[in-house]
Amino acid sequence: MVVADTERLTAKTFGVEDSHPDWCGGCGDFGILSAVKQALAQLGRPPHEVAVISGIGCAGKIAHYINAYGLHTLHGRALNVATGVKLANQNLEVLVAGGDGDGYGIGAGYLVNSGRRNLNIAYLIHNNGVYGLTKGQAAPTMRRGQKTKAMAEPAIQESVNPIGLAIASGYTFIARGYAMAQRDLVSLIVQAVQHRGTALIDILQPCPIYNDLMTIDFFRGRDVGHNRIYRLTDEGFDGRVHDPSNQDEIVAKQQAAIAKSFEWGDRIPTGVLYQLDAPTYEDELAGRLPDLASNSLLDLATPGQDISRLQDAYR
Amino acid sequence: MKNNALSWMIGGPALTGGVNRSAELFAKACSRAGLYVFSNIEYHSNIMGRHISYRVRTSDTPVHSHLEHVDLLLALDAETLFGTPEYQDYQRHGGHLHRVAPDGVVILDAKAKVDHSAIERDDIHVVALAYDDLVRESVEELGITYNARRHSVMRNMVPIGASCALLDFDISHVLSLVAEVLPAHRQDMVEMNRHVLLHAAEQARRAYAKEEFHVTLRPRPERNGHMLIKGVDAVGIAKIHAGCAFQTYYPIAPASDESVMLEGHQTSYPIVVLQAEDEVASMNMAVGAAHAGVRAATSTAGPGFSLMAEGLGFASITEAPGPVVILWQRGGPSTGLPTRQSQQDLRFALQPAHGEFPHIVVAAGDAREAARITHMAFNWGDRYQMPVVVMADKFIANSLVTLDDLGLDDLPIDRGEYWTLEMNGSEPYRRHRLTESGISPRAVFGTPGGQYVTTSDEHTERGRIDEQVENRMAQMEKRMQKLELAAEEIPAEWQYELVGPDDADVTIVGWGSTRGPIVDALPVLEAEHGISANFLQIRLLRPFPAAVVRETLARARRAIVVEDNYMGQLGLLIAEQTGIKLERMALKYDGRPFSQDEVVEAVCEHNEADIGRLVLSHP
Repeated sequence: MVVADTERLTAKTFGVEDSHPDWCGGCGDFGILSAVKQALAQLGRPPHEVAVISGIGCAGKIAHYINAYGLHTLHGRALNVATGVKLANQNLEVLVAGGDGDGYGIGAGYLVNSGRRNLNIAYLIHNNGVYGLTKGQAAPTMRRGQKTKAMAEPAIQESVNPIGLAIASGYTFIARGYAMAQRDLVSLIVQAVQHRGTALIDILQPCPIYNDLMTIDFFRGRDVGHNRIYRLTDEGFDGRVHDPSNQDEIVAKQQAAIAKSFEWGDRIPTGVLYQLDAPTYEDELAGRLPDLASNSLLDLATPGQDISRLQDAYR
Repeated sequence: MKNNALSWMIGGPALTGGVNRSAELFAKACSRAGLYVFSNIEYHSNIMGRHISYRVRTSDTPVHSHLEHVDLLLALDAETLFGTPEYQDYQRHGGHLHRVAPDGVVILDAKAKVDHSAIERDDIHVVALAYDDLVRESVEELGITYNARRHSVMRNMVPIGASCALLDFDISHVLSLVAEVLPAHRQDMVEMNRHVLLHAAEQARRAYAKEEFHVTLRPRPERNGHMLIKGVDAVGIAKIHAGCAFQTYYPIAPASDESVMLEGHQTSYPIVVLQAEDEVASMNMAVGAAHAGVRAATSTAGPGFSLMAEGLGFASITEAPGPVVILWQRGGPSTGLPTRQSQQDLRFALQPAHGEFPHIVVAAGDAREAARITHMAFNWGDRYQMPVVVMADKFIANSLVTLDDLGLDDLPIDRGEYWTLEMNGSEPYRRHRLTESGISPRAVFGTPGGQYVTTSDEHTERGRIDEQVENRMAQMEKRMQKLELAAEEIPAEWQYELVGPDDADVTIVGWGSTRGPIVDALPVLEAEHGISANFLQIRLLRPFPAAVVRETLARARRAIVVEDNYMGQLGLLIAEQTGIKLERMALKYDGRPFSQDEVVEAVCEHNEADIGRLVLSHP
């Protein structure tokens, strides 16, 4: 399991041979796992410098199948745990993963507030519209009026708009991927990790057991005669803010991303919806304590700090 | 004539009154003069206007609690004397006039609408000073045009100056502190404040009818240089000393003062203080940081601790090294009494989440203990790889106490067992390896070759999700076994203390901040009531030092449990752990801390008759 820094990294490097995913056949999670491993290989960081922090649910199990440090945490709390991990050791490449219920439901408050911080981490949200592990209840992404075969009645709550929520929360990299579009997804994950700041990728995926609406056939558009999934770049959409000092451009790009976020039905956009270079939380901390610009708390905060000056202030 | 044994109180409205600043100025002046000081505050959950009372007690010997009576009552308004009028929906409090000891003095504003006939006490003296007139005269004396809006804030200096005069306390101790306590934007008012203090002292001498007041304050210059510090600040310093790299919090009374203090030191020490979106986030961020290898902590009160429950269980099953959680108790349940005292959260802290899991619960008796225990808590978190809950409360958080130092320098540093690549050979790393001690050496995130995943699910030695029965039992036993190890290894001084004589008529049993009033009551019980008493303070609540408690109680002739709660929660814990049911209880659940007098009263009453459950309150 030891990988020397010089060894050539491949997707296989990040695989765990003796741990087998217990996802159902045809689950989109396999596609996401495969894309993550390929992306990690491209990114070139050895496994011990990577930490995968995941939530609870089918998606949350992904941490077990990646050769890296990992914490399979609590339902909706992966971002919190990841925040602690990243701040303790900024040298780690921190990936966060969880389902749509995890991120947009029970963890929605943390999703919003993590956007405000802009820590240098990437968050992958597996969006299949349902709570799979508890047998198919509607997730916050299930549209009002929709009813899967597992639901007793159609949904009567509005669905959340993940992209719009991410924009409003201050995420500086927002993308949508599709689990079955591997090449594109690998590229998005690589861009998300390389982005300085918090990146969010909403990854559409089928749940073949419980979601009979968002199926592979649905995404392929069998019923409409064309693939529903399309690339934003194919239409010349550019979500990147080219001049971060230009507030007008920022607002325009945010508005464009939000407008795109409502597109659903016959055509579903994928790719980077928004990207902004902005100071990260780590940059702000280094502004307070310059040592943090090049060192982690792990290296700096040794026990036995001299407190004589602090005590004297109370004399 | 009592030298240096003073019980003093100032009262007034929050924010506009300047109660806190004047009380802390006076307390600090006494401390700088070499006196031992204990000072505590009562305040509402309110920003502006509601009543605050702030006590200062001084002594020639160490003092750790307040008394019921006051020798000097400084009133910034009539409410301080009489409480709130009864025409309101209910009387919010009854004022403090009844606390003034015979021959004591009330200092009040002659121009305030105080009905002197309502004082109805011919055993006390009233020193009435025209606060605003004195301020105006002092300002004008400096050749400055008086402006009520700008200058009336200094009216709180009037009773302070008057106090110095009555106590024959060298006012230079106060004068020299004015510049220190005034904020930067008020430095132009230092001279004015000093003039007000001097002018008030002079007027008070004239206004006081008697030759001399029965308490005087005499500086003890040989004892100069000790600290005067609140519990929240003591704990903050301990965290910095322990190398705590990461503190999370969500604003809550009375805990956030600790985090705010730490925020002020982020530019000079390697500590990040993160104000999270709630206590769920606070807790889980700290757990993540602990797993990643740094010392991490969070700090909260009961309502926040309720939200931390889930994360505590997560930290424990994943064997995180920590975090350290400081639980500053306040009056519950629910929002309860946000700014008031209680020890209601013991049973909750012992079982804060679902399932069975190990964690350490330890309670501090005062600010110094809170600092020292916080330091040790990081060691225990690292060594036993479990969260540690340090219990304190509002009484410790907000009270000022005189200390020589925090006693941190000599404490050991133990970061527990680390895993290194050489330990493994060709085997993959097992994060939860079954060992004789139950402790599995931990790999810090980032260590080459140590990659592992662990999970909130039950898991194997390698951290893989597993529901097989033998593994489940082995991992449960491994985790719980660490508590037995902690019970064996944690030195006795951190587990309990028997204060006073080994053999005594009465054994007082308590935990946490009742320590102060109990320790102060022991010599009084002996000297004034002929009762020899000792005090069993239980610090370690989980794992519980059952053997020593059982043995101490078996020797006790008459044991009384003293607690700031309704249920007698320590008594229940002792019964559970030792089989000994303590019938005698002295309980307080009025949201106020025990005073020294109340402990004395409780012991005397229990000594006279078999009263079982005694409830105290002195509104």
